[in-house]
Amino acid sequence: MRLRRRLLLATPLLALGAGARAAQAQRVVSLGGVVTEIVHALGADERLVGVDQSSLYPPAARALPQVGYFRSFAVEGVLSLRPDLVLASEQAGPPHALEQLRAAGVAVVLVASSPKVSALESAIDTVAATLRLNAEGQARARRLRQQLDEAARPVAHDGAPPRVLILSSHTGRLQAAGAGSAPDALLTLAGGANAFGQPGYKAISAEAVAAAQPDAILTSTLSIDAAGGLAGFTAQPGIAMTPAAQSGRIIVLDDLLLLGFGPRLPLALAQVRSGLFGPAARGAA
Amino acid sequence: MLALALAAACSGAMHIPLPRMPALLLGAGGGDEALWRNVLLQVRLPRVALAVLVGAGLAISGAAMQALFRNPLAEPGLIGVSAGGALGAVAAIVLGAASLPAVGSAAFVGSLAATLAAWRLGGRGPGVAGVLLAGIAINALCGAVIGLFTWQASDVQLRSLTFWSLGSLASARWPLVAALAPWVALLSALLLRDWRAMNALLLGEREAQHLGFAMAPLRRRLVLLVALLVGPLVAVTGTIGFVGLVVPHLVRLTLGADHRALLPASLLAGAIALTLADWLARVVAIPSELPIGIVTSLVGGPFLLWLLARRGT
Repeated sequence: MRLRRRLLLATPLLALGAGARAAQAQRVVSLGGVVTEIVHALGADERLVGVDQSSLYPPAARALPQVGYFRSFAVEGVLSLRPDLVLASEQAGPPHALEQLRAAGVAVVLVASSPKVSALESAIDTVAATLRLNAEGQARARRLRQQLDEAARPVAHDGAPPRVLILSSHTGRLQAAGAGSAPDALLTLAGGANAFGQPGYKAISAEAVAAAQPDAILTSTLSIDAAGGLAGFTAQPGIAMTPAAQSGRIIVLDDLLLLGFGPRLPLALAQVRSGLFGPAARGAA
Repeated sequence: MLALALAAACSGAMHIPLPRMPALLLGAGGGDEALWRNVLLQVRLPRVALAVLVGAGLAISGAAMQALFRNPLAEPGLIGVSAGGALGAVAAIVLGAASLPAVGSAAFVGSLAATLAAWRLGGRGPGVAGVLLAGIAINALCGAVIGLFTWQASDVQLRSLTFWSLGSLASARWPLVAALAPWVALLSALLLRDWRAMNALLLGEREAQHLGFAMAPLRRRLVLLVALLVGPLVAVTGTIGFVGLVVPHLVRLTLGADHRALLPASLLAGAIALTLADWLARVVAIPSELPIGIVTSLVGGPFLLWLLARRGT
C-alpha cells in the first residue's frame, strides 16, 4: 500500500514525461465517478471522451460513451475511444487491464481515492497537474482547495456531538453505514457522531435502529423516494421510535453527495451541518 | 469453430479494418497500425483463446458428470468444484488479497478441497447418491460461508466479489492461456479415454459393473479429473454458469447419447458456445462489456427451450 502511494505521487510526473504525449491531453477517459467530478470542477469537461458507469455527475457525463464499471472496465472499449490520457481512480482495475492500456501506449494516471480530505486534495492536484490546465483552470483548482480547507474545519457547537444514524433503504431493507464508509467520513467531518458501531455498510434491523436512539438520521433522496416520501420514511417501524423522527431531524442528501466524497464535499458538508446545527452553522473561524 | 474464432477476433470495440488483419498479424505499419496490432494480439486474441479453452473444459466436464450421475441436471458444480472455488476466491478477497494470482490460487485450492470433502464424506456407500448428497451439502455450506464473508466484506471488496461471481474472460493474457492449454488438453484426453465406461453407465451402475467396468475407481477417477480440470478454470474466470450444464444436452439432442461422439462434440460445442458468448458480451454494448454469465444464460436458455420444443413435435 505504501509502495502504491509512492507510485501514485510519482505518476503525474511519469505521465508528463511520456515523450510525444507530453502535450496537453485532448482525449481523456475518466474511470471513477469522483475523478469525473474533479475534471468537471476544473472546467475540463470538453476534453472527456469517455467515462465509466459510476460517473453520474455532472449529468452531461452520462451522455458520453461508457466503458463499463471502473473496477472492471473494458480495455478494448477504452482503447476504441482513442484516448491520449486515462485518469483512473486508484480503485480502478483490474491491474492487468491498466497494464494493457499502458502497453498500448496510453498514458495512465492513477488518482487517489479514499474518503479523506487529504486524499481528495491530492486527487485534485493530480488531475490538475496531469491535465496541464490553463490559468483559469489553475485558479479553479486553487479555489476548490481553499473551499475544501474551509469546509473541513471543525464546527464549534455546544455540548456533545449529536448522535446520528446513516440509513439507506433502496430495497426496503434498512442498511446503516459505519466506520470506513464515505458517508461516515462526511458525518464525522460535519461534526456528528455515528451511532452505528460496525464498520462498512451493514443491514440493520428496525429494533436496532430504535435501540440506537439517534438524535438525527442522515439518509438519501432515493431512500426517501423508495419509502414513498418523508412521512413514509419516518413512519417506518424502528425509525418512528427515535428522537430523530420525533423531532423531525431527518437530513436528506442527494445520493451522489452522500456517497461521493468528491469535489462537491463543501456542499454536502453545508447540508449536513445545517441539518445538525441549524442553517447558521458554519466552519469556526 | 475456426470461422467463429476468426469472426470473434475480427470484431470488438476497436474498429480494425478487415483487409488489414492478416498483415497486422505479421507486423505493423505506421499510424494507427501499431495500436491495432497491439489490441489484436494482446487484448483480443488471448481472450478468444481463453474462451475456447474454458468453454471446452466446462462442457466436457459437464458431459462426464452427467454420465457419472446418470442425471441430466448434473454439472461440474455439483461436486462442489465451483462453490469451493468461489469460496476460495471470496475468502482471499475479503482477507485482503488483491492480485489475480493470489485470488486464483485460493480459488483452485478451494475447489479441490470442496470436491475432496464431498468425495471423502459421500463416497463411502455404494453408488453415486452419497457423493451427490455430500456435494449438495458442501455447496450449501460453501454458499453459507460465502454469505458470511460477503456480509463481512467492505464496500470495495463487495464490488470485486460481485464481479468475480458473474464471471469474466477479461483476465486473458498469453502466459495464462499457455499455462491452461496443455492442462485442458491433457485432462480432456484422460476424460475421453473413459467413453466406453460412460456408455456402459447409461444402462445403470450394476449393469456397467457386470460389463466389467470397475465402478469405484471409475467414480474416483472422473470426480478427480473434473475437479482438476474445472478448478483452474473457475480460478481464472470466476463462475461461468450454464455452459457445463447445457452444452452436453445440446450435443445429446443433436447427436445422441454415444459418448464416443458426445465427449469430443461437447469439447467443440463448448468452445464454440463460449467464444460466441464472449464475442456477444464484447460487442453488444460497445464501448462497455456485459458480464459473460449473463450472456451464456440469456442465449443458452432460449436455445435449449427451442431445441426441446422442436423435439416434442
